[in-house]
Amino acid sequence: MLDLLIIVSVVLGIIALAQLIKVLELAGKAKGENSWDVTDKDNRTQARLMPVFLVVYFLFIIYQMVAWGGYLLPVSASHHGETIDNLMMTSWIIIFPVFILTHILLFYFAWKYSYDKNRRAEFFPHSNKLELLWTIVPTVVLSILILYGLNTWNNITTPVSAEEDPVLIEVYAYQFGWIARYAGEDRALGSANVRNIEGVNALGMDSTDANGWDDKIVRGEFHLPVNRPVQFIFRAQDVIHSAYMPHFRAQMNCVPGMTTRFNFIPTITTMEMKKITQNEDFNYILLCNKICGAAHYNMQMDIIVESEADFDAWLAEQKEFLPMDGKPKASDSATEEVVEEVLEETATSSIN
Amino acid sequence: MSTHTHHHDNDFLFKYIFSTDHKMIAKQFLLTGTVMGFIGMMMSLFFRIQLGWPGESVPLLETFLGDWAPGGVLAPDKYLALVTIHGTIMVFFLLTAGLSGTFSNLLIPLQIGARDMASGFMNMLSYWFFFLSSVIMLISLFVEGGPASGGWTIYPPLSALPEAIPGSGMGMTLWIASMAVFIVSSLLGSLNYIVTILNLRTKGMSMTRMPLTIWAFFVTAILGVLSFPVLLGAVLLLLFDRSFGTSFYLSDIFIAGKALEVEGGSPILFEHLFWFLGHPEVYIILLPALGITSEVVATNSRKPIFGYRAMIGSILAIGFISVLVWGHHMFVTGMSPFLGAVFTFTTLLVAIPSAVKVFNYLTTLWKGNIKFTPAMLFAIGLVSTFITGGLTGIILGDSALDINVHDTYFVVGHFHIVMGLSGTFGMICGVYHWFPKMFGRMLDKRLGFVHFWLTITSAYGVFFPMHFLGLAGVPRRYYSNTAFPLFENLIDINVTISVFALIGGVAQFIFLYNMIYSIFKGPKAPKNPWLSNTLEWTTPVEHIHGNWPGEIPEVHRWPYDYSKPGSEEDYIPQTVPLGPDEKDEGH
Repeated sequence: MLDLLIIVSVVLGIIALAQLIKVLELAGKAKGENSWDVTDKDNRTQARLMPVFLVVYFLFIIYQMVAWGGYLLPVSASHHGETIDNLMMTSWIIIFPVFILTHILLFYFAWKYSYDKNRRAEFFPHSNKLELLWTIVPTVVLSILILYGLNTWNNITTPVSAEEDPVLIEVYAYQFGWIARYAGEDRALGSANVRNIEGVNALGMDSTDANGWDDKIVRGEFHLPVNRPVQFIFRAQDVIHSAYMPHFRAQMNCVPGMTTRFNFIPTITTMEMKKITQNEDFNYILLCNKICGAAHYNMQMDIIVESEADFDAWLAEQKEFLPMDGKPKASDSATEEVVEEVLEETATSSIN
Repeated sequence: MSTHTHHHDNDFLFKYIFSTDHKMIAKQFLLTGTVMGFIGMMMSLFFRIQLGWPGESVPLLETFLGDWAPGGVLAPDKYLALVTIHGTIMVFFLLTAGLSGTFSNLLIPLQIGARDMASGFMNMLSYWFFFLSSVIMLISLFVEGGPASGGWTIYPPLSALPEAIPGSGMGMTLWIASMAVFIVSSLLGSLNYIVTILNLRTKGMSMTRMPLTIWAFFVTAILGVLSFPVLLGAVLLLLFDRSFGTSFYLSDIFIAGKALEVEGGSPILFEHLFWFLGHPEVYIILLPALGITSEVVATNSRKPIFGYRAMIGSILAIGFISVLVWGHHMFVTGMSPFLGAVFTFTTLLVAIPSAVKVFNYLTTLWKGNIKFTPAMLFAIGLVSTFITGGLTGIILGDSALDINVHDTYFVVGHFHIVMGLSGTFGMICGVYHWFPKMFGRMLDKRLGFVHFWLTITSAYGVFFPMHFLGLAGVPRRYYSNTAFPLFENLIDINVTISVFALIGGVAQFIFLYNMIYSIFKGPKAPKNPWLSNTLEWTTPVEHIHGNWPGEIPEVHRWPYDYSKPGSEEDYIPQTVPLGPDEKDEGH
């Protein structure tokens, strides 16, 4: 029914349009005008619409800022994010006046210099001075932005050193979800490859690598300690994904066949952020930001930022990949048997 | 021009179908491009309905899309299919072939004073390859699994593995086939444009007496020749990966319950190859639009374009820099941070020649005597979109800032304004301005006025709010935002966008109606309706083979002698010899 109505209204609209043209044409012919030559009246009307449009455009932008400004991401919850936000603000401070000024000039000139048959345009083909002016000024401004931007970029991309004792986390992406893996006591992640994926071993961990035995694997949500560097390592199982943590101003692609890295220092706990945003349900989130398939729009994992003590307590509760309680980690000949035994145990327990 | 083609003059097949006349080929490109453009636009309206009113049953969707929208609700993977083909059609079929194909073909011989393109036959082939590629792309909509659905950038492994998304089956194969044919078309066209411009200029038409349109088409063609073959290489390797078991782009993949036997490839390699075309592509779209509007702004301001040589310089500079910036699409791929820094540097450099162009446009308007033809309105619109969209590029080109806005709606807003709108406005501007040259009839100005104001209003209504979505952290290519509590209250932004999109979509039918009506019923065009200086307006209104009935006119001056002191009229065509004390401003 709705379809029919829409189709009927479209058809009627086209007929109405055709009739309107005919009427206008006849009226124009009566006055000795044609349907294409722009008359003085047209020029006046269009010229007046120029400043009107400008005002409407600016009002629309102001409306958006007022109505939707509150939806923007809250303050950065990471250390480097603050420098990004500052750089962003600086860029806006440079961009916005340019935007306003050029738009005012554009629509003002269009209105002011509309056609008048008693006037002639000024023959002003070039001026090296002016060209130089608007080559040099943008160059200088952009140089500042480039230097500021590159400095920020270098600080962000500097690897975190082992002395800073970062939390080491692997974030693993697959269609369509995330798994996080924490390095255990040994502060090292065991090696892994998708070829090893089998049964409960969803991350394809190499069970002969002792580094991985105490790794902790979590799903659904992962925790971060506040004010301590976090070193992320990203892997993907099937297609390219992108780990996007907007509140931390952090993003890195997860690419099959290689690992990528990003590090940051969380600065605001989840509880504090609930207060800042005045939203009891607020949660930090990890989402996918590279088209990865039909459920790309729903690939999420919660992030909890908490005090280091809470974090340690939470991490201690998480299960190790291959619990080695009391069993040797040394690389003697018995190791492999032990590993197989434990793997079996893990498989059974996870089925239960 | 070989003489034997004249035999076919009255033969319908050779006049309208297998024509080697550049003017007919231009019309063919325009027609095909317009059809593809409307298909691409309709697709965007369909997915805007889903984004504005997610999950609601809209029976109209089922009417148009059939089992892609069972029960009137668009399926998630078909949403991605629509997004992918919308992007592909708009970028390549409308704004590359539709824009360059139409206006390079129409204007290059006419404005430089040539009887036709250097090779009419190659030109005809160029169109028919384009037609073929359009047909293949449209066929891909109907194959099992649907068309390519991995985004118009078709990153592997998503685009390489049918297990990853249904559209990566037959649909993707056809996408690659279509693009391969498209690239052949583009190369045939571009080589022809370059050779024609270099060799077939009439007497007196030195390079610095060419209209800026021709300069823009020239640099565009060079960019196309340099970058499209790289895309061809990229998609052929992808084809090998898909069909012949190679692993150029694939490594360590576990999908559909098993690990694949691929090793050693890298999807990042594909991204480099893709964007080596992909970024110059932006300027392949933008430069012709800027060239067209330079011409239209000067003509309708009755004033020379300000800084002709600076305009040429900035076209060359933009063209040169554009092949050095592709990495800014890849800041968060894990690419070396040093490379990221280099690409930030080169990317932000583009802002300098762009700023020069904007200020030159503004100075051209200053103290002009402006006639608001519909073409002029769209040219002014382009200056506005070029500024609005260009400025946010300064944010996206800055690697540090890109981290948090990369692939969000901020990007969608940015490139739709700076490339989509500017490109479309440039193309529409060209249609209004050169319609009399193409069809010998005039478009209706009142419909043109209505079309412009509805278009620019709805265009900003659609794309400006997207910046807010992006700054709120919404990723692009999301089927809906409802899965995240974080994005719950953004729905009113999405409704606003969708409403404006529907208005803007309807407004384009006014334009379509105006075109169709005027082709058959419009008033007959005079020889030089806009009182313009360039050579195309010295040819007869009725198209003839060879463009000029007698000798090709000689050119004596640059094309922008508008309102020159000492002349009675406010324009002096290029064919008028210089007076005894007169100086040619182009030299």
